[in-house]
Amino acid sequence: MTNPAIEAFVQEANDILETLEDQLLELEGSSDPAQVDAVFRALHTIKGSGSMFGFTRLSQFTHHFETAFDLIREGKLAIDGKLIDLSLKARDTMRRFVDLGGDNAEADQLSEAAEVKNLVAALQSLTNVTSAPETTEEGASQAGAASEIAVFDIWFKPAADDLRNGLRPDLLLGELEDLGDVTHRLDLTAVPSLEKLEPLQCYAAWAVTLTGATTEEAIKDVFIFADDSELEITKHEPPVAASEPELTTKTVAADKGKSNKTTAPIRVDSGRLDEVMDRLGELVIAQARLNQVTTRLADPMLEAVTEDIERLLTGLRDTTLSIRMMPIETVFGKFRRVVRDLSAELNKDIKLVTKGGETEIDKNVIDKLSEPLVHMIRNAIDHGVETREGRIEANKPEHGTVILSANQEGGEVLISLEDDGRGLNTEAIRARAIERGLLDANATPTEQELHQFIFAPGFSTAKELTSISGRGVGMDAVKTTVDSLRGNFKVHSQPGQGTKVTLHLPVSLAIIDGMLVRLGSDVFVIPLSAVQECVELDTLETNRESGRSMLRIRETLVPFLDLVDVFNYPESKDTRRRVVIVRAGNAPLGLIVDDILGQNQTVIKALSVYHRDVEGFAGATILGDGTVALIIDTAIMIRRALQQAKAQEAPSKYVAAGGH
Amino acid sequence: MSKTVLTVDDSDSILKSIAFTLEPEGYTVVTAENGQVGHQKVQGQRFDLIITDLNMPVMNGFEFIRATRGEANGQGVPIVMLTTESKPEAKAEGKAAGATGWLNKPFDPAKLIGVVQKLIR
Repeated sequence: MTNPAIEAFVQEANDILETLEDQLLELEGSSDPAQVDAVFRALHTIKGSGSMFGFTRLSQFTHHFETAFDLIREGKLAIDGKLIDLSLKARDTMRRFVDLGGDNAEADQLSEAAEVKNLVAALQSLTNVTSAPETTEEGASQAGAASEIAVFDIWFKPAADDLRNGLRPDLLLGELEDLGDVTHRLDLTAVPSLEKLEPLQCYAAWAVTLTGATTEEAIKDVFIFADDSELEITKHEPPVAASEPELTTKTVAADKGKSNKTTAPIRVDSGRLDEVMDRLGELVIAQARLNQVTTRLADPMLEAVTEDIERLLTGLRDTTLSIRMMPIETVFGKFRRVVRDLSAELNKDIKLVTKGGETEIDKNVIDKLSEPLVHMIRNAIDHGVETREGRIEANKPEHGTVILSANQEGGEVLISLEDDGRGLNTEAIRARAIERGLLDANATPTEQELHQFIFAPGFSTAKELTSISGRGVGMDAVKTTVDSLRGNFKVHSQPGQGTKVTLHLPVSLAIIDGMLVRLGSDVFVIPLSAVQECVELDTLETNRESGRSMLRIRETLVPFLDLVDVFNYPESKDTRRRVVIVRAGNAPLGLIVDDILGQNQTVIKALSVYHRDVEGFAGATILGDGTVALIIDTAIMIRRALQQAKAQEAPSKYVAAGGH
Repeated sequence: MSKTVLTVDDSDSILKSIAFTLEPEGYTVVTAENGQVGHQKVQGQRFDLIITDLNMPVMNGFEFIRATRGEANGQGVPIVMLTTESKPEAKAEGKAAGATGWLNKPFDPAKLIGVVQKLIR
């Protein structure tokens, strides 16, 4: 015998049978219930294990024996000498089965032998049972194999205790997926309001539609352990074309979806798209109001509907936004000509490589982006890439390369322009910044900080600088445009190797995710894409010793603005105020607010003509309760903070700009 | 991390065969020869799944399930009754005690693996 499990069984069976003999003999004198139990368990074990290890005959025989002792256990059968006789004989027969080593011809013979049959008959006459041992479940699951594709509607509601008892609905639903295509819908209508909710109880139910070549039995098998849960399975005819009306409409709808991809696009006036977007914006606001009402009423039915609407609206928003999306290739195309003309004009040999032209971005962004990108390309070609001779001298390939690439990262589209020219001349930028009074002569800014100066207004007109090295033609105009698109820049330059400017732009302009903050009793919105982290103010150490207002956040010092000061609110009464760290480029800034209220989908509304010139706001939005909240323009706040810092650093030169 | 299964059975061959079936599938199998020993093991460790016999000396399966559900380590753990008992009342009593499901003895190794995977993944 090679199988260690079988060896273990034989060993165990022999031990049990050894003890069994003694136990039976003891029972002859007294009918001790504990002893009866022990016999029953012994038989039970052999019966159970027997068929598992290939001793089916033994197991079948033991079943009759066990039944007798089950009845004795329940007091329905009395122990007498005759019964003990019978039992001892049965025990010996079991021994013979074990000795035969499993199911084989001899075991079959033995079970058919007259003496064994008589023994079984005698045991059966005691128990009045004529049935064979119960069949195992194996037969059931094989019934209804080779089934056709069918659609099943399954309603499944776990019993209240199921989660506590270790049932995992997610695994069951996952198992259904093995049977075919599954769509499921979570039904939360039974969830009570929070105060009535019993956290360990299961309230959820699932409605599942399963399409696959399976059977009702197979589905029931999945839920075999969830037998006290509600389970309804309805089988539909397979969705063959032109069968039932409701099904055909389904297939028609599906076909429509497919054919859409092949049909030609239709031209729509972009004004109409804007209109759809506006309406959608109103809808998002109405939804926020609905959310608020639902929260107040705490009605689970209403909550379910509200959640559905929210989900649908998110889908509708994404679809609508996607209609306005255009591949960035449409602008990239224009630049080939620009590059070609410029390089001819400047007698440079330049190759334009574009990557990621299929990246999609809002049409409004594309329209506004075209001009700044032309500026940047001009700069790269004019000031970045060296002349043919210069390149040969610098041991570079004769032709310069300008790479224009785009890709999407989360809610942002990154557009980068990279050249293999001489890079930014940081010394010249530094000199120029000092000359223009933008930088203190003794200051030691990092490379990155110096690079930011190319976006400073005024740098552009500095012909003498551009003739020396750096760039600067209209970069402040570029920055203004990018700021208005709520984007920002990253500049990376290595002397002699080239420059890479990366634009981070939001995918959409009309609706953004916003963070709601409170100042006094008013609510403001900070675009979530600009938010880096939020911290509590009282855990921070303000450091004014250096003359600049800085917060120490972990190991770094971060400049901050107290929005209460910025917007002239009376001094805050809140004791636990918070700091929202926003970023633009590489410069983080802490905005101190009274409280953080949460997130919401923010529909951006332009400010009226009278207010448009007020600095610091990117627009306004309407909250769920109908109040208007202003959207804070983080780029402007950062600029303001830089100015303030400078004013504090060089008070003799500048009048304190404060922040008002 | 390998999942740990506690099997409670007074039959050594059942314990062994469960171990032979589950160990090659990457599960760690801990055994206990009756409910009381099983209960002690539950007190010392949180298992991913518990498979228990019903008819056992010292402490039977129902008592074991109730005792386990009373332990912090026993909350939410799937407990499968592995038994020859096929009477609905026994299943109902097991369920009431807090069992997740049951499996009939003799068990088919493939089926046991299926059930284990159904309950822990």
